[in-house]
Amino acid sequence: MGGYFKEIFDGAHSLVAGMGVTLKYLFQPVVTEQYPHVAPTMPDRFRGHIELVANPETGGTLCIVCGMCQKACPSGCITVAGEKVEGVKGKVLTKYELDFTKCSLCGICVESCNPGAITFSKDYNLAGLRKEAFIYDLKKRLEERKR
Amino acid sequence: MIELASDKQKETFVLNMGPQHPATHGVLRVKLVMDGEYIVEAEPVLGYIHRMHEKMGENRNWAQFMPNTGRLDYLGALSYNHGYAAAVERAAGIEVPERAEYIRVLTVELNRISSHLLWMGAYLLDLGGFTPLLYAFDDREKILDMLERVTGSRLTYCYFRFGGLYNDVDEQFIGEVKAFVARMRSRLPMYHTLVTKNVILMERLKGIGIIDADMCRRYGVTGPVARGSGINFDVRKNEPYSVYPEFDFDVPVYSEGDSMARYMVRMDEIEQSLRIVEQAVNRLPEGPVMAEKVPKVLKPPKGDYYHAVEAARGSFGVRVVSDGTNTPYRLKLRSPTFSNLSLLAEVARGVTVADAVAFMGSLDLVIPEIDR
Repeated sequence: MGGYFKEIFDGAHSLVAGMGVTLKYLFQPVVTEQYPHVAPTMPDRFRGHIELVANPETGGTLCIVCGMCQKACPSGCITVAGEKVEGVKGKVLTKYELDFTKCSLCGICVESCNPGAITFSKDYNLAGLRKEAFIYDLKKRLEERKR
Repeated sequence: MIELASDKQKETFVLNMGPQHPATHGVLRVKLVMDGEYIVEAEPVLGYIHRMHEKMGENRNWAQFMPNTGRLDYLGALSYNHGYAAAVERAAGIEVPERAEYIRVLTVELNRISSHLLWMGAYLLDLGGFTPLLYAFDDREKILDMLERVTGSRLTYCYFRFGGLYNDVDEQFIGEVKAFVARMRSRLPMYHTLVTKNVILMERLKGIGIIDADMCRRYGVTGPVARGSGINFDVRKNEPYSVYPEFDFDVPVYSEGDSMARYMVRMDEIEQSLRIVEQAVNRLPEGPVMAEKVPKVLKPPKGDYYHAVEAARGSFGVRVVSDGTNTPYRLKLRSPTFSNLSLLAEVARGVTVADAVAFMGSLDLVIPEIDR
């Protein structure tokens, strides 16, 4: 009989103790990130989708159209194209397309890039109404950023 | 024991739990043949998110498979990164610098803590307790923020490379880890007051879903589930890899074999992981984090290699077969939850649906890893 009452007492005590924890935290500051009202800052190493790096001297791209990123990508989301222009050594980038619908943000492309022409963007607000919204023309984006 | 209906066809009905069910934590379907409140037969139906990860490994080069490993068990992705990287390093004979190994252990253990915290929150949610989830996520958020700063992603990490790491940790990370260990230590008693000692939880878990050691061996069960049944097996101790032998930690083992024992194993493992993390931070050696002379195009010599690691859910093994080219010939992934789930049919027989949920949650199922 004593065990029965002890069980009831211990059980009731455990519930009160649990409520005590909740009560204590009720009067403590809010820990939740107030996301839409307060925008989070992305850490330096945040891996967003890739972006072309602007050449600090000319404002153009650093890309030499070697195609290493295209080859390194596990999902085949990168398409690079270039052409010969007279008076310029090597190839000139004409198209850099990223199919973000397939990208798994692994960052192997950025590692494979010898001239350091691509980097991660800090863009985390990614929403679109159609698939085409996620096929990025990175060359165009670079030019838009320049303006 | 409850007597079940003798004429199955007449007296039983089929109840589908899942594929869309909050307690299965993913697209797992369990076909339950019910006799009133009691389960006569339980049959897990798999394959709803089968993505052919093993086959995918055969049509891309060694490095390109790395992001896939983070998509198997998305809650303990770093252990899976580690398992694959270590298997390929064994195949190619790459030596990893000591600092890199320490950081690997450090981040994997942090990931283990975050995985256990999420399990605890989600499991109690299955059982009907909402509040603990919020506390668990508060702590887990701290880990995710720390790892995000270092690895660049929050969940599906791709941090390890053959021969080392993607990048080094900085002083700020070390400071954050030290602060986290202190914080987590002070929070653990709170979890025990709020959850472990709670009478409702104890009544729901004690004696539910009993698995004995023999059954664990038959099904190849590993990890906290096996350790909750009195099997003292932990890959980190039994087949030491990386720098684990240098750390002082215990393997929590409970012999009851019920859901409460599995709960206790995981809670104790958080404490042990904190110990490892603390030692790793204090003893972190200086040096490079990437081995020198790792070829850009990796071509491991012909052969068959296996490496197992202790993931948050059990022993995760990677078997790689190389034919000497830059693509794996065969990539076999041995995932712990697949074996752990196999128990379900045997254990769930004769229990009520509510208890089956309490049992299934204690297995810590991650469906993408079962289906691969």
